[in-house]
Amino acid sequence: MTQWSGYLGLILQGALVTIELTLMGSVLALIMAFLAGMGRLSRFFVLRALATTYIEFFRGTSIFVQLFWVYFVLPLAGISLTPLQAGVLALGLNVGAYAAEVVRGAIQSVGREQYEACIALNLGRWQGMRHVILPQALLVMLPTFGNNAIELLKATSVVSLISLADLTFQAQVVRSQTGNTLMPFTAILIIYFVLALIISWGVRSLERRMARGLDGVRV
Amino acid sequence: MPAPIIKVDAISKSFGAFKVLDGLSMQVMPGEKLALIGPSGSGKTTILRILMTLEKIDGGHIQIDGEQLYHMERNGQLLAADERHLAKMRQKIGMVFQLFNLFPHKCVMDNVTLAPMLTKGMARAAAEKRAMELLDMVGMADKAKAMPAQLSGGQKQRVAIARALALSPKIMLFDEVTSALDPELVEEVLNVMRKLAAETDMTMLLVTHEMGFAHDFADRVLFFDRGRIVEEGKPDEIFRHPKQERTQGFLKKIIAAGHRV
Repeated sequence: MTQWSGYLGLILQGALVTIELTLMGSVLALIMAFLAGMGRLSRFFVLRALATTYIEFFRGTSIFVQLFWVYFVLPLAGISLTPLQAGVLALGLNVGAYAAEVVRGAIQSVGREQYEACIALNLGRWQGMRHVILPQALLVMLPTFGNNAIELLKATSVVSLISLADLTFQAQVVRSQTGNTLMPFTAILIIYFVLALIISWGVRSLERRMARGLDGVRV
Repeated sequence: MPAPIIKVDAISKSFGAFKVLDGLSMQVMPGEKLALIGPSGSGKTTILRILMTLEKIDGGHIQIDGEQLYHMERNGQLLAADERHLAKMRQKIGMVFQLFNLFPHKCVMDNVTLAPMLTKGMARAAAEKRAMELLDMVGMADKAKAMPAQLSGGQKQRVAIARALALSPKIMLFDEVTSALDPELVEEVLNVMRKLAAETDMTMLLVTHEMGFAHDFADRVLFFDRGRIVEEGKPDEIFRHPKQERTQGFLKKIIAAGHRV
């Protein structure tokens, strides 16, 4: 029994690493999503080209290869990252590319009449974006952002391949030490699922809060 | 004789192969109330949208208050206006839309105060004080904290009018502001506009299908057809004794459709 509680401790440590990766990766993904998503709608060709290249490249190559590239190839160029840094970077850039398209689509879904009201009220481009368009677009983005965050959570398991001690890594440790596959992998299955549930729930309650008043009912 | 506040000179505008405005010229005097009528597609809404800089022009010139709208003078040359020049010119003009275009995520008060705070650097307290006066004028002071979705169409439109007025424009453009309203809500919006006309010396241009209102409200009526002004004159002349065949035909159709003149 005491032996199992030691292994459980390992798995919980792994859970902390997974949570850390998910949070930091999500922050980076969010930043990249807004940069690239708004870049795609820019008036300037260079910004549009940069954003499109980034999005197509990171959507079009595998997260596994991206991670290995960041961790094993960048050092050849003199940039050495810790496993955690490499994990956050690869995950954030990869998921950010998907989320950038969400940002672009949501901004474009705001009706033309809202842009016209901004012009008629003489708001500058950025003022209109910041105070009128983005707040409405954010509500459209949120559900898909929830999906993206869950995708990111599940993708964190690839970092076990660069020896970062996340949930999946610890489960393998426990398996090799005990010879038992059922227990550790069932445990992390449940933990991943619970973490995903927490994300879903968090995003949904955020959505509810932001939608308040918009339909004239839930005030 | 004072100078015209709006001078439109030979404006042309096409949407693809469709020529909406065909060398249109017109002048509006300060304080004048103008009704623009005509069949749909005749260009009357387009000229309002052009004055609000929502559409670009293909050719011609527009002067607002003595200054070029789409051009700016640099070293004696007329260049295409940049965003800064447009922003300066837009300060003189406000617009109310057919579908209100309120910001759905902001309460009535914030809809009205947003632009003055952002574009004129007004402090919140001052902006809210002014907003309350305007909301009071349009009879919406008790709904200051309501969200747009809680309001009727007529109420939304009155808030939209207050929102446009908050920037103190010299010229107000009304684009079919009652067309999207249930019949019983039309009058409350028209009343606000009557009040506005009576209490201010703002120049007002309205595109409307409310012929009765246009008749009582306007100093001058312009009849548009196929991108040109076919006939213009005092409301009585246009509505009672139209000279042009196309004006007569249009009014006949409108009356047949149940509108009172």
